[in-house]
Amino acid sequence: MNSGLLIKNGRVIDPANGLDQKCDVSIVEGIIAEVREKIADRGRRDCNFAVIDASGKLVVPGLIDIHVHFREPGDEEEETIASGSAAAVAAGFTSVVCMPNTSPVIQNETDVEYVHRKARQARKSHVYTMGAITKGLEGIELAEMGFMAQAGAVGFTDDGRGVQDPAVMLRALKYATMFDVVIAQHCQDDRIAGKGVMNAGYQSTILGLPGIDPLAEEAILWRDIQLIKKTKVRYHAQHISTAGAVELIRAAKNDGLPMTCEVAPHHLLLTEECCDEYDTNFKVNPPLRGQKDVDALRQAVADGLVDALASDHAPHLQSEKELEFLAAPFGIASLECALGLYIKALIKPGILDWPGLIHLMTEKPAKVIGIDKGTLGIGKRADVTVIDPETEYKIDVDKFRSKSRNCPYHGWTVKGKVEKTIVGGEIRFEA
Amino acid sequence: MYWEKMKVILNCTQIERIIEDLAGRIISDVPAHSDIATIGVRSRGEVLAQRLSSRLADEFGKDVPCGILDITLYRDDLNLPQGVGQPQVRTTEIGFDIDGKVIILVDDVLQTGRSTRAAMDALIDLGRPMVVKLAVLVDRLGRELPIQADYSGYKSDAAADKLVQVRFVESDGKDEVVIE
Amino acid sequence: MKWHRKHLLGLRELSAEEIGYILDTAVGFEQVSTRSVKKAPPLRGKVVVNLFFEDSTRTRNSFALAANRLSADIIEFTKKSSSVSKGETLLDTARNLEAMGIDIVVVRHNAGGASRFLSRNIKACVINAGDGFCEHPTQGLLDVYTIRKIKGTLDGLKIAIVGDVAHSRVARSDMWAMTKLGAEVTFVGPPTLMPAQAERLPVKVSYCLDEVVEKVDVINMLRIQFERLGGNPFPSIREYSHYFGLTAERMKRAKGDILVMHPGPINRGLEIESEVADGRNSVILEQVTNGLAVRMAVLFLVNQAAAQRID
Repeated sequence: MNSGLLIKNGRVIDPANGLDQKCDVSIVEGIIAEVREKIADRGRRDCNFAVIDASGKLVVPGLIDIHVHFREPGDEEEETIASGSAAAVAAGFTSVVCMPNTSPVIQNETDVEYVHRKARQARKSHVYTMGAITKGLEGIELAEMGFMAQAGAVGFTDDGRGVQDPAVMLRALKYATMFDVVIAQHCQDDRIAGKGVMNAGYQSTILGLPGIDPLAEEAILWRDIQLIKKTKVRYHAQHISTAGAVELIRAAKNDGLPMTCEVAPHHLLLTEECCDEYDTNFKVNPPLRGQKDVDALRQAVADGLVDALASDHAPHLQSEKELEFLAAPFGIASLECALGLYIKALIKPGILDWPGLIHLMTEKPAKVIGIDKGTLGIGKRADVTVIDPETEYKIDVDKFRSKSRNCPYHGWTVKGKVEKTIVGGEIRFEA
Repeated sequence: MYWEKMKVILNCTQIERIIEDLAGRIISDVPAHSDIATIGVRSRGEVLAQRLSSRLADEFGKDVPCGILDITLYRDDLNLPQGVGQPQVRTTEIGFDIDGKVIILVDDVLQTGRSTRAAMDALIDLGRPMVVKLAVLVDRLGRELPIQADYSGYKSDAAADKLVQVRFVESDGKDEVVIE
Repeated sequence: MKWHRKHLLGLRELSAEEIGYILDTAVGFEQVSTRSVKKAPPLRGKVVVNLFFEDSTRTRNSFALAANRLSADIIEFTKKSSSVSKGETLLDTARNLEAMGIDIVVVRHNAGGASRFLSRNIKACVINAGDGFCEHPTQGLLDVYTIRKIKGTLDGLKIAIVGDVAHSRVARSDMWAMTKLGAEVTFVGPPTLMPAQAERLPVKVSYCLDEVVEKVDVINMLRIQFERLGGNPFPSIREYSHYFGLTAERMKRAKGDILVMHPGPINRGLEIESEVADGRNSVILEQVTNGLAVRMAVLFLVNQAAAQRID
């Protein structure tokens, strides 16, 4: 007798297959077996179904977050792949992508395999990883892209930093032409950014803090666009934050360049005014910008310009964040409340409907990194998330499964509670 | 419900007579050739000091300088919760040297003695008078320190919880002493 | 009005009335410094800590003397003489001091918001003696005190602040205090030394000192701080002095009764010529004297406010 899951009566939203209707989903042996109305409980003779009643709930492909930091190897007190992936499934994510700026940096096939192994041991979400573009993230010598790609790295980035030298970036893009990979960039010109710790503007002036000019992001983005015009490699702009960046991407896409981009929840919800009390929970890179940037990003989402919503989950210890604003590390750890935040930023003000939001959290990000996920297609591995879209709840950082608490959303009232997260047919999280 | 009434215990004529009396006693006490000056404690003591000063000047036939002393910095209750009032630091205006002088320290009301203690500490930091004598318009019960007036005008036995307010034309528009 | 603040972190959040109250209180304290017994007892038994993470003899001494004049006990704590070099955080440092029983912390730090951060985490009163390029409130206060003492009021005065405004906490504190008291402020300097979005501040901005100097009643020359400048915002000292230095020649275009100010220490020959710094319009030394009275007033007031708490 095989075992399976039968998820009944939910509103199934599967943009990859153009589906948005009330029907049932059956999972057998970890594979999606049927997606149709009225699947009988004892429909198959060879299968015992555990039934999940999803009335009033949404049933969607497992959510995907293509930008998280799990700090392993090296900073395990901040987060591990185990705690991070536990946080992921609690938040409805069945696949996440780690960034390589660990210690040591993820820059060869053993490092990639290490991450995969740790993830398997944890048995929570799927954990993918990007590899470094340059050795040690130093921006000088290329890292072993080929071996890493073979080992399963889903892309390459020097995230945490951007590749400063245009010659090195050009070389990286040319080299990547050999492989079918995406090169992702944390767009930041270090010399323009200087010692900035928040957006450069009126707020940084009156708070007496050095600022990061939006030009630091836009200058690198513009430069990379010129390089892609020549090399035509798939390029992904990470955590874009300014209205100027939106326009550059719009023009690049209009020109048919193979470009994608992602936006983080804080850039859709918060502005630089939040730094007024020097609360380091608002210190993040790229920094919180102005209202017009938030509006431009929301509009970009509405226009379909954005390819993924990605949390840029950046956990830090309380002792690290309990410093004066100038000295504290950058980062917001919001993986565990991301869904509620996206709903607040995009569904509540009517910028997206549910299928639109789910699309940005399933099929689209899967396409950016080229994984066969984000779908409830028949025969696909069963990664499914069941969401209660209506019940309001308060974000409580003390209940996070993540090790870190550096999150400015504590106490926020949001909707979108994750009821169940199913990975490969196994319920790996239940509310 | 009972309504506290404000009672006038001294009117302007009575006040005038008391000041006359105080001046008289000072004059008979202090040798004519003394280097004498009055110093009033802010903020009503200064008015009284001014009045005494001019009477003494008339009698002695020479100028009797008058100064104003702000005692805020010397209060002993600065570190206690203040409730409604909060003392503001004002200036001390003493345009003469107090060394070697006979100083008549003047205040409107003497009750606990703490203001006088503060005034003496303030004076000592300004110089070394030959002698300091205290003259007050109203002398109440309720000393908390061993301090007495050399020249007291009106002796009041008002209960400690009552407020005795001295008002002068120069500062309040009218001369009177009220109890509430 | 009643003074209720147990911290002085900046002038941005003070009302004009509160600023006036501090200045009025300072008048009462000026006398303590000029008479023979230069002490008064209000802070007797209180412990004041000078917590300085940045070099500064001038401000530190001014606060030490002010605390002394109020009969307080002082602990001097400079970065070199502590475990900060071993990596102790700002918070740990302050908490360790607090454990010894202190009442007031005067803190100077290179991070904007450092004093605010401390005030939220320790029980003592906190006075900001300069945090990054955010504010230097007692400097702002003594600057307006000096102007008010000579000119009577700041209402309607035109004031220029010249120099590296982008990195100047003095410029910011001055801006807040002066505009709240009714003055019209102009920042003067090269575009590379103007703060981000200066057009949103309550000041005018000019890149031409010659035009501004003839119109103003007060001119405050900021020190060009080599140690703070990253990259080079102007090509040479020579060129900077030529365009933005207060020379005797430039002074000829100024009003006869213009006040020349400088927070010190002066770079003679760079932002200001010796002749001008020592000249008859200069009130630079008065600023120092007034600084003492202002700091005494601030120490007195925050201490009093702390006593009001029924903690």
